[in-house]
Amino acid sequence: MNDSILEIKDLKISFGSGENKAAAVRGINLDVRRGEIHSLVGESGSGKTVTSTCVLGLLPEPPAIIESGSIRYKDLELLSLSAEARRKTRGKEIAMVFQEPSKYLNPALKVGEQITEMLKLHHGMNSSQSEKRAMEILDLVGLGDNNRVLSSYPHELSGGMKQRVMIGIAICCDPSLLIADEPTTALDVTLQLQILKLIMKLRRQLNMGILFISHDLAVVHDISDRVSVIYAGLIVETGSREDIFSSPRHPYTRLLLASIPDAAKRGKKLTAISGRVPDAEHFPSGCAFHPRCPLAEEHCSEQQPAMESLGGSQSAACFCLSKEWTE
Amino acid sequence: MSSFIEIVDLVKSFKGRGFSNGEKIFTAVDRVNLNIEKNTIFGLVGESGCGKTTLSRSLLFLDPPTSGEINIGGIDLGKLSRRKLRTFRRKVQIVFQDPNSALNPKMSIENSIKEGLNNIGYEKSRINDRVDELLGLVGITPAHKSRFPHEFSGGQKQRIVIARALSVEPDFLILDEPVSNLDVSIQAQIINLLLELKDKLSLTFLFISHDLNLVSYLSDRIAVMYKGKIVETAPAEIIMERPVHPYTLKLFSSVPGISPIDDEAGEEIFHVEEQGYSEGLPDGRVYHLADSKLAPEMLEIAEGHFVACYNEK
Repeated sequence: MNDSILEIKDLKISFGSGENKAAAVRGINLDVRRGEIHSLVGESGSGKTVTSTCVLGLLPEPPAIIESGSIRYKDLELLSLSAEARRKTRGKEIAMVFQEPSKYLNPALKVGEQITEMLKLHHGMNSSQSEKRAMEILDLVGLGDNNRVLSSYPHELSGGMKQRVMIGIAICCDPSLLIADEPTTALDVTLQLQILKLIMKLRRQLNMGILFISHDLAVVHDISDRVSVIYAGLIVETGSREDIFSSPRHPYTRLLLASIPDAAKRGKKLTAISGRVPDAEHFPSGCAFHPRCPLAEEHCSEQQPAMESLGGSQSAACFCLSKEWTE
Repeated sequence: MSSFIEIVDLVKSFKGRGFSNGEKIFTAVDRVNLNIEKNTIFGLVGESGCGKTTLSRSLLFLDPPTSGEINIGGIDLGKLSRRKLRTFRRKVQIVFQDPNSALNPKMSIENSIKEGLNNIGYEKSRINDRVDELLGLVGITPAHKSRFPHEFSGGQKQRIVIARALSVEPDFLILDEPVSNLDVSIQAQIINLLLELKDKLSLTFLFISHDLNLVSYLSDRIAVMYKGKIVETAPAEIIMERPVHPYTLKLFSSVPGISPIDDEAGEEIFHVEEQGYSEGLPDGRVYHLADSKLAPEMLEIAEGHFVACYNEK
């Protein structure tokens, strides 16, 4: 059964040229099904935002070079579409929510105008239709009882309200795919929970697929159906939420989970991952994680391990999967 | 028995600027009372804007408090002259969230660390050895000391900031979100380092963070701050297991990573001010939080477990 609405295959993206060439994304495979939340989790510089920006067609070329691969959305091959055609899918079919709503909302336009603008552009609605729809959307994102919002400027709203408005703009054209890039990172925990619940509620109501980009494993744990862990431009492990959080197999995933502090680990030393996060210009050879990996063998630095299926939906890319793991 | 650090009725308010003609007063820290025991980690949690950072700055007299008393090791900071305060400050150091803005980009890390040592009149002939020793302590190769901040990664920069804070041999470190800017895989390194240093040098920490998972992991005692006031404080295990104040409950139930979100449950918006509470309170009375103008009464409901109570319902 293949009900995926987004399928990324062997995507390779690099920046710069010659000696300074940085392969930021080195062959990513990922799919998002209708109605599911698939989280792409990784640290800064791992390529998660480059991937999502590429799906949206917002990656500036140059400096970025899409070396190879395919991004299929429903029956469309996005990478071979014209810029004009991509612009038409963006916002209407594929919507996005970013980390800092204040950066992406136009400070000089009232919130109402920013929502109706989308409806007029993509659905050809007139003013009264679009205003009516804008009210419905605010209702959907939990700002319905506040009729002041439509005539407010972004700076008059709180951070949580701005993020709700941004989600409202994202969903106003009933997209099938939502890309959410760290949508709650700038918010306090209580607000974060509200926004996550909102995203999950909308996912169900609108049957959207969501590609959720985050560095926060705790958040990913709470909302995902499937999780892919990205390191140095490659997916190292993918599986259902249970697979990743209950039986992680890749050393990076295991260490990452062990290194997160929580009340249950009180009094015990945290498992730290040695070394530092590599940057795209200097990704290590072979398996990029080998300099920090406690299981690494000689050939880990020479060859790149392929993704190996571990049964079910879980797979991981590591030569040492059969080795015993001790923490 | 008196505690190492005693904060008594601390208030920090700011006057409004501009057209309000200084009449609008905003109280960022409102009648805070806290005691911190020596060689412990005191976790201070709350959402952005609740006054955590203002409290820590007042503690150091970087922004002198409007009223109230701060005693550190038996010394009343408010009574010290400016000069004495400066020398006293070496006993209390602070590590901020962003190492990039804490380190001077035009100074080699060696000079950054030496600055503090020179200020306290450290013996000139031993300064170089001391710098090497400090860098070794935080896991930075002393051979790299002539490098500049931009040549280090975020985690390394935070280590250097910690080394500089330790250079003047403080007893008390204020750690204001020290790992929030770091990558997940680096955070554990810095936390382990801090815990190790605490034991090695018998330090006392005030650990400020919005990350409840982290604070629950390392604190001995936790205080929850809400709109400038401390609403609940207790030993960490107790506040995690039996939180009483509605805001603490709300905060702890919002912590991610415990259980998957049930999106069928819908959104509940919860207004702390409308809540009353009687559960967990020994006298069975119901208190509520409506009148924030009154000073809260800190009710000790179990040993060391204090909850802010207002008027009776």
